[in-house]
Amino acid sequence: MRELPLLEGTVRQLDYWWTLYLRTWRGGVVSSFLTPLFYVVAIGVLLGGFIEGDPAQLNGASSYLLFVVPGLVASQTMNTAIGEVTYPVMGLIKWHRGYYAMLATPLAPIHLVAGTLMFTLFRVASTTAVFLLVLAPFGLFATWWGAVLTFLVQLLLGMAFATVIFAFSARVRTDEAYGVLFRLVVFPLFLFSGAFFPIDNLGPVLSWAARLTPLWHGVDLSRMLMVNVIDWRLALVHVAVLTVLMAAGWFLSVRALTERLAQ
Amino acid sequence: MVNEASGESVELMISARGLTKTFGEVEAVRGIDVDVRRAEAFGFLGPNGAGKSSTMRMIAAVSPPTGGTLEIFGLDPTAHGAGIRARLGVCPQQDSLDTELNVFDNLYIYGRYFGIPRADVKARAHELLEFVQLTDKADSRIDSLSGGMKRRLTIARSLINSPDLLLLDEPTTGLDPQARHVVWDRLFRLKQQGVTLVLTTHYMDEAEQLCDRLVVMDKGRIVAEGSPLALIAEHSTREVAELRFGVGEHEGTAARVSDLGERVEVLPDRLLVYAEDGEEVVTKVHERGLSPVATLVRRSTLEDVFLRLTGRTLVD
Repeated sequence: MRELPLLEGTVRQLDYWWTLYLRTWRGGVVSSFLTPLFYVVAIGVLLGGFIEGDPAQLNGASSYLLFVVPGLVASQTMNTAIGEVTYPVMGLIKWHRGYYAMLATPLAPIHLVAGTLMFTLFRVASTTAVFLLVLAPFGLFATWWGAVLTFLVQLLLGMAFATVIFAFSARVRTDEAYGVLFRLVVFPLFLFSGAFFPIDNLGPVLSWAARLTPLWHGVDLSRMLMVNVIDWRLALVHVAVLTVLMAAGWFLSVRALTERLAQ
Repeated sequence: MVNEASGESVELMISARGLTKTFGEVEAVRGIDVDVRRAEAFGFLGPNGAGKSSTMRMIAAVSPPTGGTLEIFGLDPTAHGAGIRARLGVCPQQDSLDTELNVFDNLYIYGRYFGIPRADVKARAHELLEFVQLTDKADSRIDSLSGGMKRRLTIARSLINSPDLLLLDEPTTGLDPQARHVVWDRLFRLKQQGVTLVLTTHYMDEAEQLCDRLVVMDKGRIVAEGSPLALIAEHSTREVAELRFGVGEHEGTAARVSDLGERVEVLPDRLLVYAEDGEEVVTKVHERGLSPVATLVRRSTLEDVFLRLTGRTLVD
């Protein structure tokens, strides 16, 4: 039985995360806003100008810019979410030991996981909102509700990554593990999950491997919604996969942090 | 609980029976019995690795006991952790201040974790900054504070919820002598206000300054319990004569002075002769034709108690 309700314990951390955000948001502006914009301009507009693809080959997108932008949106979601649950979480556990200070209050590990994820959700929501607003003048949204659903999909995708990687952060002992994570997991996902080219180009075996990655589900779902060529059955599969991942990640995160902080 | 001698009811803040804590193969705490009463200043004295911090983490309701029983405010910490922690103040050994936040926000944010309303916690934070003499540092960054200031801020933070019981793990370790005295002064004031203090320390002077009662821990067990004065009276003599001879001469010289006191301890750099009158020991040593390089007569301390009980010094 939990004495302090999950919501109450999470709400008590709002002041902390908000104060932290006010003190640190400037540093994140470049990476969360300008970087994706640079990608859109460089790869979508300038490089994409050389690419003439049949919409049938581009998952229904009528130009390479339209094809690549949903991939960039989803990739930014992944990067933002992972960014919030790697080094900051290791800091809270190991460097400045903020979680230990919080644990000396009525808060329990489950509240700490929820608070960190709540902030991650806020970061994903705010960076995605800004990104989508910046994209609006490019005329990239087929429908307004497609844009809204794309936004909601980013929240789900962000949480799927955040919960799983939080569990990883609560288990690893040194930040060297993140070097491996970024080089061997995040960067390959970014390049090969269908953001820049249709995964069918990878050949039959590798394209199936790509279908197993969480980012592909996010990219494909975002693209369907943005270009308004929607396979609803497949969309449902995407949502289901990401939801299961998020639920499993939450369970693993709470368990991992509880065990870690009890040591 | 009723005190049988006086018939008065005594409120127990902490009560432990046969308390153990095991980490894998390592037995950090091996069955200890402890009672701490309201408004008492209670100490766990012992060297590093004695099991003090593990005991404190169990009392802080963050680390579940492996065996035995433990009650804080009469409640079981495994079942009522949040309720217990709401009434505790914890000052950890390692500073866990948030370096991203300024001094005031460290207090404010912490108070919010307890669910204290915003206006109340702000007022309380200002009061506490005043109490630990950091009011003019309210807007400073944590990195700009000295070690002593950080410790005082951590103490202020642990008081944000006006706790019934304050736990301090090695409150002055790593501080310079002047900073230690400032911290002691603040803790002494809290004690006078009636706050129950429980602290761990491996400094005997700290234990003597602050504790009404203490237990000496060694290798996960309690080896002695009582007030500092009672422990000294029970386990040591009134005075100690410290005799320093040339390198390597201590072992051989010990036999020649052993009859001058109740007992003699041989340390690598000196001999300790325990006696009621230390000056008399020194005089007799010289009469026997021995010429120590240096001598010192002092009163017995808890360090001597510890040496007597464990055969080891506290700080090694």
